[in-house]
Amino acid sequence: MRTASAILRKDLLVELRTLETIPSMWLLAVITYVIFHFGLNQDTVKGQLAAGVLTVTLLFAAMLAVNRLFVAEREQGGFDAFLLAPVDRTAMLYAKAGALFIFMVALELVAVPAFALLLDPPCLGHSLPALLLILLLADVAFAVIGTFVSAIAVHTRARDLIGPIIGLPLLLPALIATARGIGPLLVNGSSGSPSAKWLAVLALYDLINALLAIGLFDFLLEE
Amino acid sequence: MDDANVIELDGLTRHFGERTVLRDVSLTLGAGQTLAVLGRNGAGKSTLLRILATLLRPHAGSATLFGEPLPRQSWKVRGRVGLLGHEPLLYRDLSGRENLVYHARLHRVSLDRVEEVLAAVGMRERADDPVRSLSRGMVQRLTVARAVLHKPELLLLDEPRSNLDPAAGELVEPLIGRASGVTRVLTSHDPQAALAEADLVLALSGGRAAYVGTPSGLDPDTLRSLYA
Repeated sequence: MRTASAILRKDLLVELRTLETIPSMWLLAVITYVIFHFGLNQDTVKGQLAAGVLTVTLLFAAMLAVNRLFVAEREQGGFDAFLLAPVDRTAMLYAKAGALFIFMVALELVAVPAFALLLDPPCLGHSLPALLLILLLADVAFAVIGTFVSAIAVHTRARDLIGPIIGLPLLLPALIATARGIGPLLVNGSSGSPSAKWLAVLALYDLINALLAIGLFDFLLEE
Repeated sequence: MDDANVIELDGLTRHFGERTVLRDVSLTLGAGQTLAVLGRNGAGKSTLLRILATLLRPHAGSATLFGEPLPRQSWKVRGRVGLLGHEPLLYRDLSGRENLVYHARLHRVSLDRVEEVLAAVGMRERADDPVRSLSRGMVQRLTVARAVLHKPELLLLDEPRSNLDPAAGELVEPLIGRASGVTRVLTSHDPQAALAEADLVLALSGGRAAYVGTPSGLDPDTLRSLYA
């Protein structure tokens, strides 16, 4: 864990210095909500439509971070430096998934208020704790699968394409569970409680993907 | 395997796609010795160093470091090897000190050692500047600091003095030169300088070992033909 923490600390420091990833995610999310605001031509969106708009936007913004996650490692020799060290290679997975999770939370700190402002879904304040719980579980899926996909994509020439092409289908179950879980929260008279079924689906999906990623990640770093 | 041998190569071969970059290279290097690898661009020098650094797998033959076969036991020898290659392996947006602290954490080295190597390469005053703002020579000095930070027992030096002026070259000499006492594998575009430092010479031509032996045994014609 000390190694993972060193890599995570370094990644956050690099992001703090360059501001290449998180501001781009914020911008994409806000622009997308503006487009939906005018494209749907509705004062308010609710239910499954609101959940879909929120979740799909977060997913696309997450892809920006997925595409950039390993770029510094590849372009500035970070992979070689890491592989030369006597450390457990899975530490890279933990660190990168941790970084991506933090990027997602930072994205949501801006994207959820922007969503509320531009698309005005009902009961958002009342349902906020449940919404955040679902988003946190979704963030784990985005982080684990995003890291795994990014580690594959970074070794290819078309990494900007490969990330979304592999990542979006793999994230579809998480997208469905997130949107279905959020949908009932954004209607008039919502109970404000999350659906246990969709929380369980998300948690299970997180667990399965985390185990798969831990089992397979070493091979992705092999030459 | 002799315990005193740090490197043993037997029929080492490596391909990139259809192209054979190293073919049937065999040699033995003892502890504390220096191997100079000579050859023109593309002769396979850097590939050999990357195999020894456990970053590339041999495709045929065997490579043994500290008695451990590669790549099967690579994990046992990582940390005992320092690589100074063409890439500095430093993050451009971090400072020299931040980079070295990161590497120190990866290698479980104390932070005092970071200050020690920064002082040794004369970079303490510029240690907090981002790497991207430094001159090539300064980056090379930081790269030397990074390569020796964890006190490796084997140094793999690919053109180690490139971009260094004579003063900086003298500064890093105790760290990566013969005086360091560390087993070394070095490549250089200056064959005479490399030969002066070497106990053993590997001359590569098209990936094959054109000569393996002592510097004094390498005749001038063979040397000239390597760079022809």
